[in-house]
Amino acid sequence: MPQIELHNARKSFGSLVVTDDFSMHLDEGEALGVIGPNGAGKTTLFNLITGGLAPDSGRIVFDGADITALPAHERCRRGIGRSYQIPHPFIGMTVFENLLVGAAFGTGKPESQCYGPCAEILEKTGLIGKANTLAGSLSLLERKRLELARALASDPKVLLLDEIAGGLTEEECLALVDTIRDIRAGGVSIVWIEHIVHALLSVVDRLIVINFGVKIDDGDPHTVMNSTQVQEIYMGISAE
Amino acid sequence: MAETAQYRVATATRTSRAGLFVLLAGVVFLATTPLWGGRAEMRLVVEFCYFLALAQMWNLLAGYAGLVSVGQQAFVGLGGYALFVFSIWLGVHPLLALPLAAVAAALFAIPTALIVFRLRGAYFAIGTWVTAEVYRLSFAQVSDLGGGSGMSLPIGVIKAVAGSRSERELVVFAIGVAVAVASTGIVYWLLRSRYGLGLTAIRDSEAASESLGVNNFRTKLYVYVLAASITGFIGALIYLQKFRIAPDAAFSLIDWTAYVIFIVVIGGIGRIEGPIVGTIVFFILREFLADLGSWYLMILGLVAVVVMLRAPQGIWGLLAARFDLHFFPVQRRLYRRDGSPP
Ligand SMILES: Nc1ncnc2c1ncn2[C@@H]1O[C@H](COP(=O)(O)OP(=O)(O)O)[C@@H](O)[C@H]1O
Ligand SMILES: [Mg+2]
Repeated sequence: MPQIELHNARKSFGSLVVTDDFSMHLDEGEALGVIGPNGAGKTTLFNLITGGLAPDSGRIVFDGADITALPAHERCRRGIGRSYQIPHPFIGMTVFENLLVGAAFGTGKPESQCYGPCAEILEKTGLIGKANTLAGSLSLLERKRLELARALASDPKVLLLDEIAGGLTEEECLALVDTIRDIRAGGVSIVWIEHIVHALLSVVDRLIVINFGVKIDDGDPHTVMNSTQVQEIYMGISAE
Repeated sequence: MAETAQYRVATATRTSRAGLFVLLAGVVFLATTPLWGGRAEMRLVVEFCYFLALAQMWNLLAGYAGLVSVGQQAFVGLGGYALFVFSIWLGVHPLLALPLAAVAAALFAIPTALIVFRLRGAYFAIGTWVTAEVYRLSFAQVSDLGGGSGMSLPIGVIKAVAGSRSERELVVFAIGVAVAVASTGIVYWLLRSRYGLGLTAIRDSEAASESLGVNNFRTKLYVYVLAASITGFIGALIYLQKFRIAPDAAFSLIDWTAYVIFIVVIGGIGRIEGPIVGTIVFFILREFLADLGSWYLMILGLVAVVVMLRAPQGIWGLLAARFDLHFFPVQRRLYRRDGSPP
């Protein structure tokens, strides 16, 4: 059963069309990869799904219900979690408190019931040693990890990950892949935008390719990667 | 969950327990003014208390909810006029008119919020100021409230507070101290509740808080209405002390917002201790400099600019960082069961 559906979504900024008549779906339990050159409209796609941006036209459906007009916080409470490509930590709060926000508001549970799950997520994401550190003093890589941890704290059904592997060493990247596989094994569907293709391919069941706001391919990851159209664009990416 | 057994969460720190004593001593010092001071000292303490309360409210708005209002004088004026309307026109007991003024200010705050919340950043600030001006000009038009020259509380209303002058002053004094303690307490309680998590998150990133389930609009609206309502109560109290109201003074940008912003900025914005430190510094400066006339305002401005450039976290921010002080601990810290850090 499709968990997320986009029907003919369109979004433009002035005369720049960033999402053009875009339709896609994500099945429950699926892990979907998204690739495409910089500026293709990948992050915008996430903003449309999470409610950070409203589409000019088209519909967005989650769990069978039309959520096009639903505010972002409601979508989070229904189970759509995201990490930001450019981290947005709550800099004046501790790492632990950053997670508490997601846990308390995303799940609606009383704060005291969130302590245990948040501590567990901090352990799983390797941030437990930084629990009482102000998020504003984290390094960029730690901030990215916090993005993931905080989204997890809101107990999502679907997790949208926006380029969280960039800048990791090979070892860290493998650990991240393990973490994402774990999350998925816990029943969370994944949509992952990533330029580190080998990491992406080791997780996803299906791959979508976006270029200039248009979906140009959608299917089995290896078939998609080998298509001539993607080869052309992909060469473009690696040449950058 | 096994991990719940492994960890515990605490907010208090060693300095916060020490801080509690300092604060209690401060409250006792203020509350016992009638025992050690005269009429002038009591008036000064009341004024100190309402500036502290106004500053707590502005700090809640600007320092936590990210609502940089320069129009809080709207609610001081509305509260002040509400006291006159309720007690003179409707014959309500003046002390009952104080909470009613808070309700009235809240009722005005809702439509005001629906207008100004559409504006962002500097436009929001300007919008709040314009709205306050509209209120000022509107009240100046009401001839039954004395128009532009204002009016005084009739002697009957004043006597209803208490029979003798010293008793009346004692009543106003007690309410003043209570309002200062209550405003500080409410902000502290709010920040320790889940609302505090949401508010602080909004302050740091509106995009992230919203995408983690915080209803930014509603949270800000509640805070705005709460601050307006308490500010309205303070306004009514101020004019119960002054007996006389006029639109220009009641809706004064300088008196009720500029000084208050000064207090919060030099004390430390986004910290509960900030308004307390700021109010103390403000009163000390005023005691020594008030005779200088317009130089006084320029010196205040200069102090504010220097603090903003040199110590944007305010005086309390500097002290807190240097000595690891948290008088009002709101930070949730995670510890292992044995008390060691995780
Ligand atoms: N808020 C915005 N206002 C104007 N242009 C935007 C905005 N957000 C994104 N864009 C533009 O939309 C295009 C797609 O951006 P984005 O979705 O972030 O691409 P990607 O994530 O694929 O790199 C880019 O050209 C970007 O400059
Ligand atoms: Mg992007």
